[in-house]
Amino acid sequence: MTSHVDDANRRDFLVVAGNAFAAVGAASLIWPFVQQMNPDASAKALASTEVDLAPVKEGQAITIMWRGKPVFIRNRTKDEIAAAEKVPLADLPDAEARNGALPAATPATDSNRVKSGHENWLVAVGICTHLGCIPKGQGMGDARGDFGGWFCPCHGSHYDTSGRIRRGPAPRNLDVPPYEFVSDTKIKIG
Amino acid sequence: MSGHTSSYEPTSRWGKWFDERLPIARLVHGSFVAFPTPRNLNYLWTFGGILMFCLVAQIITGIVLAMHYQPSDTAAFNSIEHIRRDVNYGWMIRNMHAVGASMFFIAVYIHIFRGLYYGSYKAPREVLWILGVIILLVMMATAFLGYTLPWGQMSFWGVTVITNLFSALDTIYQGLGTGIVEWLWGGYSVSGVTLNRFFSLHYLLPFVLTGIVILHVWALHVVGQNNPTGLELKEPSEAVPMHPYATSKDIVGLFAFLLLFAWFVFFMPDYLGHADNYNEANPLVTPPHIVPEWYFLPFYAILRAFTGSFLGIPLGSYAKLLGVIAMFAAIAILAFAPWLDTSRVRSAKYRPLFKWAFWAFAFTCVALGYLGAKPAEGVYVLWAQIFTVLYFAYFLVAMPVLGLIETPKKLPRSINEAVLGPDAAAAAAKH
Repeated sequence: MTSHVDDANRRDFLVVAGNAFAAVGAASLIWPFVQQMNPDASAKALASTEVDLAPVKEGQAITIMWRGKPVFIRNRTKDEIAAAEKVPLADLPDAEARNGALPAATPATDSNRVKSGHENWLVAVGICTHLGCIPKGQGMGDARGDFGGWFCPCHGSHYDTSGRIRRGPAPRNLDVPPYEFVSDTKIKIG
Repeated sequence: MSGHTSSYEPTSRWGKWFDERLPIARLVHGSFVAFPTPRNLNYLWTFGGILMFCLVAQIITGIVLAMHYQPSDTAAFNSIEHIRRDVNYGWMIRNMHAVGASMFFIAVYIHIFRGLYYGSYKAPREVLWILGVIILLVMMATAFLGYTLPWGQMSFWGVTVITNLFSALDTIYQGLGTGIVEWLWGGYSVSGVTLNRFFSLHYLLPFVLTGIVILHVWALHVVGQNNPTGLELKEPSEAVPMHPYATSKDIVGLFAFLLLFAWFVFFMPDYLGHADNYNEANPLVTPPHIVPEWYFLPFYAILRAFTGSFLGIPLGSYAKLLGVIAMFAAIAILAFAPWLDTSRVRSAKYRPLFKWAFWAFAFTCVALGYLGAKPAEGVYVLWAQIFTVLYFAYFLVAMPVLGLIETPKKLPRSINEAVLGPDAAAAAAKH
């Protein structure tokens, strides 16, 4: 305590430093309360699923659950594969492959949405990219839309046999989840 | 709670003793008994009191329902049926709560349209009005969260569609929207985890609402009530004490409202809901036609008006984001009404052109409500786009322009003159 002026400066510094620490402490305490709402360990633990494809005959489709979401798996016919392959990229509203295993800018050709050597299998998350409805087209009698793939009844989005958006409000192609063939008739998603 | 000083005088010794320590009786007396109320209020001014009743009724019935409800994805649906069938008077209390939500919105929409017609949003009532807009937003959030709780098909898919609105933010920054949506869900899809937190928040928000309502009433008591003429109170003889004059009128209005309320509760409790919500939530089956509750329909119509193109303008991949922005803007724009309206005359009664704009706006809201219930295809989309433009035109064109070009009718000099005629008004002013 040499002078009043010096005293005031020291005190200002302590007040500012103290308040700054308190503010940082309070702010960092918010994080656990925000983070607790994110997917928990039990939800993340169910991150991968194995699926046996042997019972699915050509032309048939199955829906399985992966991370609480439906995944469409369709054993496509020769005609369906041919139809998907010959679509020019210019006709696609979303030109990106949306394949979890490939980089973001990959073009949305049919071959970029399936595994080479297994072109008949289309695996896609069965959630409309518009507002999250489940498109029709898995059941035998379902409406498949104007492009032979899936049709979302909520707001009228049409998907083709490669799961790509062709018409309607949905902004993106159906997502292809990351998966691999663990044997010829078995895949592991996630 | 007001700029008006209380004339409260405690009579008993105990009353005096308490008043010196906590003047709550003085506060209530000044705010709700002796408070000067314009003498010319019509029945549209009873909806403030009716809304108070609705809030209290929802909180009481809600607390009771929470004693019997189970917020888990396996038990929620059955616990609602348990309430309706097994719990003593559960059928009635559940109906009161479910119908009460719709009644709350009927009352709040009438209250808002009354404010728009009589210019209650104009100076000095801007803060009062903005607090009202915030109340509307919180009410909507509460109603949306509450609709999840029965865990029926419409609950589940309504939540899925509405929470997915945030994924539109992926257009701005890849992963931002998806991150927010998964944070809201607590998983990779809507699940029991989501239901549980929505229950918690649904219980919280009504108390937040109560707090904002207290601010709303406080602001009202600072600036005083508007009235059908839109004129300020000039003399004491233009006002009557709130009790018994305004309170008895409020009670007549409330009873008329309760007749309608009771009619729905006892004779058609499910009329305002959707049959699909009596199917338990199923993540693998989307109902053929997802429709929100009636009170969200106009905003839902605005959301869906933005498809690949809007009135011929191509929107491309921004369609979804623009739809979401327009929907929220439709509510937010209300808050700017005090500054968008350039007319100094408050009441539409004296504004010949604005009156037409107001009724066109009211029709627009009803038309959007109708379109919101229709599938988003064909000619419905076109009409939804036209009415969306008209909705915003009311605020962005009619409000600023009419105030500049319109010649208002001659205003009465005072509320007394409007009510009693010029001669009697002069006589009343003398007393």
